[in-house]
Amino acid sequence: MTPTLQVFLLVSAALFSIGLLAALSRRHAIFILIGIEMMLAAANLNFIAFWRFGGEHQPPIGVIIALFSIAIAAAEAAVGLAMVIAVYRHYRTTNVDQFDRLHG
Amino acid sequence: MNSWVVAYLWWIPAAPFAASLVILSLSNARRKSAAALAVAGQALALAMSMVAFAVSMQAPGFRAVQNFTWFTFGEQALRLGFVLDPLAAAMLVMIALVGLCIFVFSIGYMAEDKNFTRFFAYLSFFSGAMLGLVIANSLLLLFIFWELVGLASYLLIGFWIQKPSAAAAAKKAFITTRIGDMGLFLGMLWLYGRSGTLLFYDGGNGCLESASFAILGASTTFIALLIFCGAAGKSGQFPLHVWLPDAMEGPTPVSALIHAATMVAAGVFLVARVYPLFSLGAINGVTSSLTVVVWIGITTALMAALIAIAQPDIKRILAYSTVSQLGLMMVSLGVGGVAAGILHLLAHGFFKALLFLGAGSVIHGCHGEQDIRKMGGLGRLMPVTFVTYAIGMMALSGVPFFFSGGWTKEEILHSTANWPRSHLPYYLMLAGVILTALYMTRQMIYVFFGKPRVAAERAHESPRGMTMPLIVLALGAILLSVVLTPAWPWLHDYLVGEPVHFEFGRLIQPMLFISLVLVGAGIAVGFWMYRKAGLPDRGRPAEVDPLEYAQPALFRFLANKIWIDELYDRTVIAFSWMAARLSDWMDRYFWDGLVRGLGGLGQLVGIFTTSIDEHGINAGVDETTAGTRGLGRLMSAAHSGQIQTYLGAVAIGMLALLLLYAWLA
Amino acid sequence: MNGAAFIVIAISTLAAALAAATLRKLMHAALSFAAALVGVAAFFFLLGAEFVGLALVFIYIGAVAVLIVFTILLTRRDTGKDHGFNWAGAIIAVAVFGGLMWAILKTQSLVIVAPHTPALTVKRIGVALMTTYVWPLQCVGLLLTAALIGALILVLEEKQ
Repeated sequence: MTPTLQVFLLVSAALFSIGLLAALSRRHAIFILIGIEMMLAAANLNFIAFWRFGGEHQPPIGVIIALFSIAIAAAEAAVGLAMVIAVYRHYRTTNVDQFDRLHG
Repeated sequence: MNSWVVAYLWWIPAAPFAASLVILSLSNARRKSAAALAVAGQALALAMSMVAFAVSMQAPGFRAVQNFTWFTFGEQALRLGFVLDPLAAAMLVMIALVGLCIFVFSIGYMAEDKNFTRFFAYLSFFSGAMLGLVIANSLLLLFIFWELVGLASYLLIGFWIQKPSAAAAAKKAFITTRIGDMGLFLGMLWLYGRSGTLLFYDGGNGCLESASFAILGASTTFIALLIFCGAAGKSGQFPLHVWLPDAMEGPTPVSALIHAATMVAAGVFLVARVYPLFSLGAINGVTSSLTVVVWIGITTALMAALIAIAQPDIKRILAYSTVSQLGLMMVSLGVGGVAAGILHLLAHGFFKALLFLGAGSVIHGCHGEQDIRKMGGLGRLMPVTFVTYAIGMMALSGVPFFFSGGWTKEEILHSTANWPRSHLPYYLMLAGVILTALYMTRQMIYVFFGKPRVAAERAHESPRGMTMPLIVLALGAILLSVVLTPAWPWLHDYLVGEPVHFEFGRLIQPMLFISLVLVGAGIAVGFWMYRKAGLPDRGRPAEVDPLEYAQPALFRFLANKIWIDELYDRTVIAFSWMAARLSDWMDRYFWDGLVRGLGGLGQLVGIFTTSIDEHGINAGVDETTAGTRGLGRLMSAAHSGQIQTYLGAVAIGMLALLLLYAWLA
Repeated sequence: MNGAAFIVIAISTLAAALAAATLRKLMHAALSFAAALVGVAAFFFLLGAEFVGLALVFIYIGAVAVLIVFTILLTRRDTGKDHGFNWAGAIIAVAVFGGLMWAILKTQSLVIVAPHTPALTVKRIGVALMTTYVWPLQCVGLLLTAALIGALILVLEEKQ
């Protein structure tokens, strides 16, 4: 049995949904970040899969986009974690339920 | 006719301009670099002017033109240009050479000043503007440099801004010349409106060339007179001469460079440059505009010479003498002796710069004293200054044969004598010659002869840096006479554009004897009148002028500058004051009342509308506001500030989009 | 492409991801997250994008996961507590999963086998990055620098 594009997409969709689950249901700020990172990884998996199954490309555009996306995700993680630390210093908590200064 | 030189002509003014910019960026303490830069820039300009002069000699009547487009608006292109002809070339060399002498002189004269670098920046700036002025081939470009020159003059007259009199003099100079420039500007607009070009020479299409003459027609007279207004303002012609003597508040080198040798000559130069406009339609060499020039010129010349007799300030005497000489030049231009006028302008540039620098040397030696009644006996104490000053004095008085001023004055007299309209200017001019010799003799006796008085007791000769320029200029004043003699009128023919030929017979002419006698008489009368100047004599106290003792009323009249300033005070300035007061009153009571009335009306309307607003419109608005607020409260409930709620909403939105697409597919 | 390898990798990756999303202890979750990313990197290898896989390992496991661990340590006083679980979020996640599944399974054009392509060399990626994508590359560099500086400023001790 050779895996088709469909099964890769199914795995990627599952990974995305798990990331969404982490981001939506856990109250801890770091879990949200982990969830977002997982969603990004799922998206990258999609890029690579589509590139691989999409025939020959010159230049390898899917790979390039995945690389840029990884770089941007790294930047996002760095800033996000720095914000977690900054917020923690300020409120002494990482529970996002308590960050509601912007409520209407 | 064209030449490679004219394409690079703009380098000549560019050199001092560049020097000026660099000097401005220097700190105040970099005195040596500032002076070196200024002198280097000026020397470079002089060298390039010499080259331009040499090129312009290659053929009689040489004229090279380089025009370029400045900018275009719509269909029209505004073009500027540079021109090299004998007039421009001779002026270039004179300005650059005199300027260089004065720059060198200034190093010594201004050595003590704390704004030394700024002074040299201004001087270089002035020099650049003046050099640019003479090579401009467009009335507009000329006007631009004209105003730059005026600005430089303003800055330099008011250089010692801490002195209220200097600040006032700078303001007066600026405003008075501005009145003349207004005329020049109007003339320029008129000229542009009629001929469509401001280029002087443009291959037959310039405003000074035959193509435009046909279009200009009768308006030429008015255009010429308006342009003459500008020239009169700059060259200190009656009735706009009042600023020039006051301009002596500036440092003496400035007086020498700007208010004697170069800038004030710009007016004469302007008239010479646009001379075809003045002489258009001349019958027998006479036009109405030229006639005005003659009468203004002769009035100025005589009046200034008279005033000069009664002035106590060494620089003011020279200033009035400048005004008078400029008047002579104007007369010369007016009667058709363009070359004679320009020759006198060139010669005057040398010897007047010499006289002013000599005066500067005297003032320097007397520790800043400018009153000639307090000097005396300086001939022995300052020999170099004395000898060079005497050369300048003789050139100015018009002593023939060896001094440049003599020949040029001679030529002016000659042209004036042949003026067909009237002989009066000629006789008045002869009187002017006597007066010139007289007031210069008076000054010489007061300053250099007799016993040293208060200010002269501790006088000393000036340093070499200051006497060297004096010697150079004195040599220039003498050597220039070689190319000015009627026997070999090289410079004259160069300017007119004729081949030169030698003819010894022309050297001796009846006119020469007349002027010799007159100058001799002037000097003799001067010696006789002032032989006891500064000494008590037959009941006259030492400090009283001999003329004042003999004719107190006349002397007071002259010493007060014929009360022209006072006249302006009572008329023009009083009128301005009145107009200002009237406007003030109108503003305060009439217009203000009007505005207040209107305001009151507005207030009434306001009260009326307020009542409508409060009782009619407000109720409806209040209802609407309440509704909006309720809605807002409802919406803001959704904004929990919970990041996960937002994220969930995004996810739901994404899901909805996904389903929509899948359903559509 | 090996079907057996795919199944193994898929199961382990999803299991690790699920663990990362649901484990109570934050530190365990972070480690599971790293494991899940190793799985994703394995997928990349499987798909022939070895360079990206390596990059993922280096960046995520080498940097981001370590960063997360450090953050957990720095905010330790709080991480011990359980902040609870939001069931509404879980329902949304499951709904999204269902929607995605339905869309993917419905689309028949996705059932294709990978074509044979020449191996993607690092040289080709490098050439592409340095020619066609040189400006995006510079922008990403700038972005990373800005993010670095921004992160530093955020965590700087506040002055009194």
